[in-house]
Amino acid sequence: MPENSVSADLQTGSDKMVEWTDFERDTIKDIFSRIEYDVVGPAALARCLVVYPWTQRYFGGFGNLYNAAAIKGNPMVSKHGTTIMHGLDRAVKNLDDIENTYTELSVLHSEKLHVDPDNFKLLADCVTIVVAAQLGKEFTGEVQAAFQKFLAVVVSSLGRQYH
Amino acid sequence: MTTLTAKDKQTVKAFWAKVSGKSEDIGADAVARMLVVYPQTKIYFSHWPDQSPNSPAARKHGITVMMGVGDAVTKIDDLKEGLKELSQLHAFTLRVDPGNFKILSHNILVVMAVMFPTDFTPEVHVSLDKFLAAVSLALAEKYR
Repeated sequence: MPENSVSADLQTGSDKMVEWTDFERDTIKDIFSRIEYDVVGPAALARCLVVYPWTQRYFGGFGNLYNAAAIKGNPMVSKHGTTIMHGLDRAVKNLDDIENTYTELSVLHSEKLHVDPDNFKLLADCVTIVVAAQLGKEFTGEVQAAFQKFLAVVVSSLGRQYH
Repeated sequence: MTTLTAKDKQTVKAFWAKVSGKSEDIGADAVARMLVVYPQTKIYFSHWPDQSPNSPAARKHGITVMMGVGDAVTKIDDLKEGLKELSQLHAFTLRVDPGNFKILSHNILVVMAVMFPTDFTPEVHVSLDKFLAAVSLALAEKYR
């Protein structure tokens, strides 16, 4: 587990709802309404594959991932990055029930894709970095806190169906 | 994971040369974010009269931390030896749980993305991430 991955660990029991403040709801919805999914998604996934190269293990069928330039220019990486953003969008639209929204996705990642759930945190960190670069100074500490909390809930929900 | 290649060192030094002019702002923002996003880190600063993220004490601390990071860049070829005294300080006086080094490192990376979006490429990100991990390890060297 790389030393600097720190998306917060959230323990949400199935009987405990995540509570969102108005600021958090507004911030999360605002961010997702402003970012371009087909820019942020590809950039975040490409960054993850470069910064944490072992994550390339899940993309054996994607062709050339030989170096950073190849990864950034790889159309399958771009397409998948966009897909991931649309997946996050489902959570944004179901903030009060992310866990159930992601039940099937969690099963998919566990049973079919066999993704180590630690890797979700790595991708989440890369999404944070890319969004921070997009929003610049508007990505204040408070906005960062709300965004990271959202991603932590997503990460936790995606790992929920693993056994 | 903490072996820095020649390319990592070159990348870190080149990026640091670009950004070190803003080192004080980087440090202040990183510490401020840490206090807001990871409020448990405030326990280390209970002696500050004002624990708010933009207080003079927080800014000063950010400056101190980034001076340490800048110093570490000059000692990149032997961080364990170069950061020996800082490690003793963190181990015996400050006793900061090393888990917090990861947290502050993460926030430094976020600030780099905010302030230098074009320069903070994935290639720079990976080398800087490795460097900060190596610094964290060197800081924890004397703990036990």
